Amino acid sequence: MKKLTLGLAAAITLALSGAAQAQAYPTRPVTMIVPFAAGGPTDIIARIVGEHMSKTLGQQIVVENVAGAGGTTGIARAMTSAPDGYTIAMGHLGTLSAAPSLYPGLKYDPIAGVQHIGLAGGTPILIVARTDFPPKDLKEFVAYAKANVDKVNQAHSGVGSVAWTTCTLLKGQLGLEKMNAVAYRGSAPALNDLVAKQVDFMCDQIPSVFPQVQANTIKAYAIASAERSPALPDVPTTKEAGLPEFQIEAWNGIVAPKGLPADVTAKLVDALDKALKDPATQKRLLDIGTVIPSATDRTPAGFAALIKRDADTLGPILAAAPK
Amino acid sequence: MSEMIANLSLGFGVALSFQNIALCFVGCLVGTLIGVLPGVGPIATIAILLPITFGLDPTGALIMLAGIYYGAQYGGSTTAILVNIPGEATAVVTTLDGHQMAKQGRAGVALGTAALGSFFAGCVATVVIAALGAPLTKLALLFGPAEYFSLMVMGLCFAVVLARGSILKAFCMIMLGLLLSTVGTDLETGQERMTFGFPPLADGIDFAVMAMGVFGFAEVLRNLESPESRDVVRTKIGRLLPNWADIKQSIKPVLRGTVIGGTLGILPGNGAVLGPFASYTVEKKLAKDPSRFGKGAIEGVAGPESANNAGAQTAFIPLLTLGIPPNAVMALMVGAMTIHGIIPGPQVMTRNPDLFWGMIASMWLGNLMLLIINLPLIGLWVKLLQVPYRLMFPAILIFCCIGIYSVNNQPVDVAFTALFGLFGYILIKLGFEPAPMLLGFVLGRLMEEKLRQALIISRGSFYTFIDYEARPISLVLLIVAVAVLVIALLPSIAKKRDEVFTE
Repeated sequence: MKKLTLGLAAAITLALSGAAQAQAYPTRPVTMIVPFAAGGPTDIIARIVGEHMSKTLGQQIVVENVAGAGGTTGIARAMTSAPDGYTIAMGHLGTLSAAPSLYPGLKYDPIAGVQHIGLAGGTPILIVARTDFPPKDLKEFVAYAKANVDKVNQAHSGVGSVAWTTCTLLKGQLGLEKMNAVAYRGSAPALNDLVAKQVDFMCDQIPSVFPQVQANTIKAYAIASAERSPALPDVPTTKEAGLPEFQIEAWNGIVAPKGLPADVTAKLVDALDKALKDPATQKRLLDIGTVIPSATDRTPAGFAALIKRDADTLGPILAAAPK
Repeated sequence: MSEMIANLSLGFGVALSFQNIALCFVGCLVGTLIGVLPGVGPIATIAILLPITFGLDPTGALIMLAGIYYGAQYGGSTTAILVNIPGEATAVVTTLDGHQMAKQGRAGVALGTAALGSFFAGCVATVVIAALGAPLTKLALLFGPAEYFSLMVMGLCFAVVLARGSILKAFCMIMLGLLLSTVGTDLETGQERMTFGFPPLADGIDFAVMAMGVFGFAEVLRNLESPESRDVVRTKIGRLLPNWADIKQSIKPVLRGTVIGGTLGILPGNGAVLGPFASYTVEKKLAKDPSRFGKGAIEGVAGPESANNAGAQTAFIPLLTLGIPPNAVMALMVGAMTIHGIIPGPQVMTRNPDLFWGMIASMWLGNLMLLIINLPLIGLWVKLLQVPYRLMFPAILIFCCIGIYSVNNQPVDVAFTALFGLFGYILIKLGFEPAPMLLGFVLGRLMEEKLRQALIISRGSFYTFIDYEARPISLVLLIVAVAVLVIALLPSIAKKRDEVFTE
């Protein structure tokens, strides 16, 4: 009996202290782990959104870049840390939807094993080609690629990258699995060789390709989103250009370790929501071609559903893809 | 020409505002300091300082961040000369003769030569960017995977020349470096290679980890073993600045180094790392008495240091004119531009002329500031050598550890550095030199990547490397590589033949 009372007392004390801590949350800076090197698309979105979230939370969000293993090292570190709201992470399509099909020993379950905070930004994917590549539009491209599957060279930024994942989906849908894929260490060198006409085409995120498309150093066939991008209003969607099944968007969203107290989750969800409603933050995101997530997608449930939907789309194709 | 003057006057108008001069100075000063701290690199520093620049206007922010980058290249030679630790891949060559000069009591002369050479190279490179930036962009686009592979082969042939002693041992070290560079995830297939299922190895071995280990930690171990060799460095101080004879000896190497480094710096994919190696090879080959190299030849500091700084400046060309970053630091600059609302791309020059020309003008100012910061500091750095080693080595180790941790925020990296330190110590004991291994390591990864890219594009045909119609540059580079190798090996062949004849 005495033991039980002691246990109860301890539990109550713990619960109380927990509540007291949560009420004060955040009392110190919050670390947001970005699983890639500073300067990339995920890092930029994290810094833009994090800056406004810091204002709402009243504590600085400090971005920590922990790169490695396609971003899974950083997410794994964040997801195995204490669920106190002081360590959160900025995940993306690759680390949350594609990673379970690519990394058998993954240390986190992005659907059931994490606390979702919300989607921070969507990044449209474009199919781009060297300027003197023969096909003029997407229909011609599909026909040309099918007829010349043994001659066309596709560039990507490494197995597991967004450029690789999305193009593997495209090739899977068109039955072009055998096509030559040239791997680069990151998006910049791949783009460099596309501008230099060393390779034929690639799929990549809008922030890195649209300045080149605007300057006519590469050409764009289509954008794989539901709507055209204000950054490139002349580029048709895959629906308009005759390949409606190729719809995929790279996205970034915030996740926290499982077991986060409900009020801490609510504070983070609210801070993200306020950041995405702020006109100045919106403008900065739109300027780099990012799509502001809808009100449902930026909720934890909406974000979790998105992760699952893309994991279901990509899973079978990634599992079957030649690596 | 008149257009260029108009552009430059716009640039200086921007760069000479009080705020931008101050930011340029802060950037250069921070850059020098982190360059001097072993292990703390410009990437970690720029990433840490990025949030602080949010409140500044974009041009001022980029002027400061650029200052950190080329300031670090300046400062990196200081540790290479004083304590034999290259902070950056480009400073590896400086350790060869620079540290020997320090041991002979000529640390001040070596530092002064490095500073003056870098200043000259930086000024020339800035003018080149302003006058020829746009046309030179084409050079970056001429180098496809095949050309790049041939360039790397040429670089490896240079490595043989770096050897101070046995060519066979140097060759073994290059091969070891190449092997170590293949550790990690295969780029094409995503398979892990030689990681033994150990997750921290999945992304391969970091250059900083290896360089701090085999140079920094190993050097500390060796010095602790024989305190008397340290005392030699401590007691001999000598002149602080190069005299006229030193300068006369350095002029030509500085000119050649500037051309070599500046050209390689424009190439995408970290071509700049080859600059100092190439310059050192050229100087050693042109020298009347090549045996002085590796024993404190001033040309071995002047040439590579100029090449290093020229490359650091011309690396901005692909970034500013093409919007495509050629290396990791430039990728970070792209991120910084984007966060500040400037979309890097081919149109920066026309859309943001004040940023473009302001940055170029600030680089010239920055080089001048670096000279002003660095020359008076030489006396201070040289005095550091007089600090008793029992106080010095813990400081070196602590800074190395902080630096290593700051690269990836991974504690395992620090442990790996210690392992490489032990390995480096064994190498020293057995008479193997670490510099060729480091070069093999740096080039190996690029070389494998480019070889496979070229072969995938050519459908497996090796002819792509010597296809004189489609890829003349690749063919020429391979011919140069063979020539360098033959010249390097000839003396030893000749010597062997003499031995045969005397018997």
